[in-house]
Amino acid sequence: MKADEKFTYETWPAAPEKQTLDGKNKFLGFWLFLGGETVLFATLFATYLALKDSVPVSGEHNLAKDLFEIPLVFMMTMLLLTSSLTSVYAMYHMKNFNFKKMQLWLGITVLLGLAFLGFEIYEFNHYVHEYGHTFTSSAFGTAFYTLVGFHGGHVAFGLAWIITLMFRNAKRGLNLYNAPKFYVASLYWHFIDVVWVFIFTVVYLMGMVG
Amino acid sequence: MANEELNSGNPKVDIEYRRKKSAEEMRYQVVSFALMIFLTLVAFVAVGYDGFSAWFIIPFILVLAGVQVAFQLYYFMHMSHKGHEAPALFLYSGVFVAFITLLAFMTIIWW
Repeated sequence: MKADEKFTYETWPAAPEKQTLDGKNKFLGFWLFLGGETVLFATLFATYLALKDSVPVSGEHNLAKDLFEIPLVFMMTMLLLTSSLTSVYAMYHMKNFNFKKMQLWLGITVLLGLAFLGFEIYEFNHYVHEYGHTFTSSAFGTAFYTLVGFHGGHVAFGLAWIITLMFRNAKRGLNLYNAPKFYVASLYWHFIDVVWVFIFTVVYLMGMVG
Repeated sequence: MANEELNSGNPKVDIEYRRKKSAEEMRYQVVSFALMIFLTLVAFVAVGYDGFSAWFIIPFILVLAGVQVAFQLYYFMHMSHKGHEAPALFLYSGVFVAFITLLAFMTIIWW
C-alpha cells in the first residue's frame, strides 16, 4: 500500500497507523520517546518531593498546604481527563475513515486543553502575586514551577502540534501518510494526562494533606 | 482485541466485523473514562474530608492514581491490543528507572 493511495470507508485498513513502514517506525519510536519522558518526569517528581516545603525562613514563606485549593485543581483535572476522552473519540473516527468527525473531536480536545492552560496561567499568577511564591523565592518554589511548568509546557506543545496537524491536513483528508501522525499526537496527549494524574495526586492532594 | 489482519476476502463481512469491534472497544473506553472520573472523585473526597489521617490518605490516593494510569495506558493508549510488546518494554524500562530515581531522591540524598 502506498502512503498517498486514495481510500474509501470500505478499503481503509483496520490499523491505518501501522500500515506503512513509516507508520510502524513512528509508532515504535514514539513509545521509546514516552519511556524517556517517563524518566524525565520522574527526575522532576523526585526533585520536587526532596525539596517540598524547603523554604529559607519557615513562617515567612507559604508552604504547599497554604497554597493549594481543591476547586481549582479539580476543575483542571476534569478538563484534562475529558480532553483525553475526546481524543479517544477522534481516533475512533480516524479508524472509521471519518475525517470531519475526527477534526471536530480534535478541535474539542484543543479547546479543553486551552481551558486547562488558561487555568494554569491564572494559578501561577495567583501564587506569585497573592502568596509571593515565585521561582526564586525558595527551593520549594523552584521545584514546584519546574515540575508543574514542564507539564504545562507539554500541554502547550501538544496543543501546537494538534492544531498544526489539523490545519496542514485540513484539505488533504485521511490517508496512510497522515494517519500515523494523528495517532502519535493522540498518544502524546494521553501521556500528558498520565503525568497530570501523578501531579494532581503527588503535588496537590498530598500537598494539601501536609 | 487484535485489530490486525481482519481480511476475510469479503469486504462486506470485514466491515461488519470491524464495526462491531470498534463499537466494543468504544464501550470499554467509555467505561474506563467513567471509572477514571470516579477514582478522581474518590481521591479528592478523601483529601477534602477531615476524618482520615495522612498515613491512610497518602498510600490510598497513590494507589488510585496507579489504577487510573493503568486504565489510561491500556484502554486509551491501546496497550491492551496486540503488537504492543515493544511499547510495554520501553514504558516499563522507563518506569523502572523512574522508581530507582524516586527511591534515591527520597532516601539516600537526605541521609
